[in-house]
Amino acid sequence: MTAAPRPYTLVAELTYACPLHCVYCSNPLDLARHGATLDTASWNRVLREAEALGVMQVNLTGGEPLLRDDLEEIVEEARRLDLYTNLITSGIPLERERLARLRALGLSNVQVSIQDSRPAGADRIAGTEAFHQKLAVARWVKELGFPLTLNTVLHRENLDHVGEVIALAEELHADRLELANTQYLGWALANRRALIPPRALIEEARKVAAAARTRLEGRMEVVFVVPDYFTEFPPSCMDGWGRRFLVVTPDGLLLPCLLAHTLPGLTFANVREGPLAELWSDSPGMNAFRGEEWMPDPCRTCDKRTVDFGGCRCQAFHLTGNAAATDPACSLSPHHGLVEDARDEASGSKLVPFRYRWPRGAGPRS
Amino acid sequence: MIPATGKPALASKARLRFDRLSGGYMLLYPERGLALNATAASILKLCDGDRTLETIVGELHQEYADRSDDDVRHEVVDFLEELLKRGLLRVLG
Repeated sequence: MTAAPRPYTLVAELTYACPLHCVYCSNPLDLARHGATLDTASWNRVLREAEALGVMQVNLTGGEPLLRDDLEEIVEEARRLDLYTNLITSGIPLERERLARLRALGLSNVQVSIQDSRPAGADRIAGTEAFHQKLAVARWVKELGFPLTLNTVLHRENLDHVGEVIALAEELHADRLELANTQYLGWALANRRALIPPRALIEEARKVAAAARTRLEGRMEVVFVVPDYFTEFPPSCMDGWGRRFLVVTPDGLLLPCLLAHTLPGLTFANVREGPLAELWSDSPGMNAFRGEEWMPDPCRTCDKRTVDFGGCRCQAFHLTGNAAATDPACSLSPHHGLVEDARDEASGSKLVPFRYRWPRGAGPRS
Repeated sequence: MIPATGKPALASKARLRFDRLSGGYMLLYPERGLALNATAASILKLCDGDRTLETIVGELHQEYADRSDDDVRHEVVDFLEELLKRGLLRVLG
């Protein structure tokens, strides 16, 4: 085994709890079944050891990180370590005063999710009324001098609102706008039939975003992520397994991506078990898909293997049952038909009901 | 174009940070990091919102005495214009 690569980004999933119930949430479907959450001291140790490993950026995410009342202490420690901190939030529950406190403690950037440009559509996706509060939070972010990232997850119900989302981001003086098409994992895979768009909708939205990117150059960064079901080759999921990203779940599992613990047969270490550097380099789960030895055909001889690293392991497992298969989103995958079928299904115009993200048994009765 | 009297400073989302592991500097911004070469790092360390472009070029010319004034100016301007395009720099009046 060669030396483990250097990680640059820590994704700190501070809690799975969230006031929103988004139908495409990337959290695992069994989110209520996880163990005790890490305490403040443990998170701060993870920050210190991650920084020592080479990490420069920390995404404070969840769930909803604002639900932790020790967020301030975690931000303070990250600032002390000179880490670039990005709070990834729904903006709920938040008061201006708390945001000002986080600013004073050295939080670097705030990313607010906006589910749609239209209140009714946004609240329908989130499963709760949130739209107007989010706009208020986005305004506070700028008033307090933070840079603002807006993130909108795209799907068949809002893809034709991309122009409006861009206008809203301009009005809010966002520094960065992420227009991210749904990745069909977690709750989004459970809701795929309701979310997946016909190709024409994506093409149209892509053009609108490209024009905005040129027009807004230097003022607002516009990022449009095409869903990998519609690209010829998969993106390099997490920049490759266990390469650049280090994910720690609310209960302390050290993972290469947010859903790796949904893959059967892999053993991941808990950060409580030892020094992060050791777990990062030696945990069997971390090493399962590092490098190229695990690669199947056609990946092992493919020119793109050093670019996309075989695509997404979770997608491979959730679609084919084999985590070591070529990502079926790749047009060279023997299982690409699974993705083509899902795409074909999308060109029909059936209305499919959503399944909302709730811990099992906790949701409203339907 | 950045005027000679303009005062460049990093945008609010960008931060310059020393990297102990590589011994160089990185420019950090949301979801990204640029590893800077030594020249780029020297330029950005001077972009404090107080120094004008003219001052920055002058100071760098002293540091890189073997290069012509025009050479240094071109390199600085090209680099800063690139950062402006990426929204990583602002120029104060």
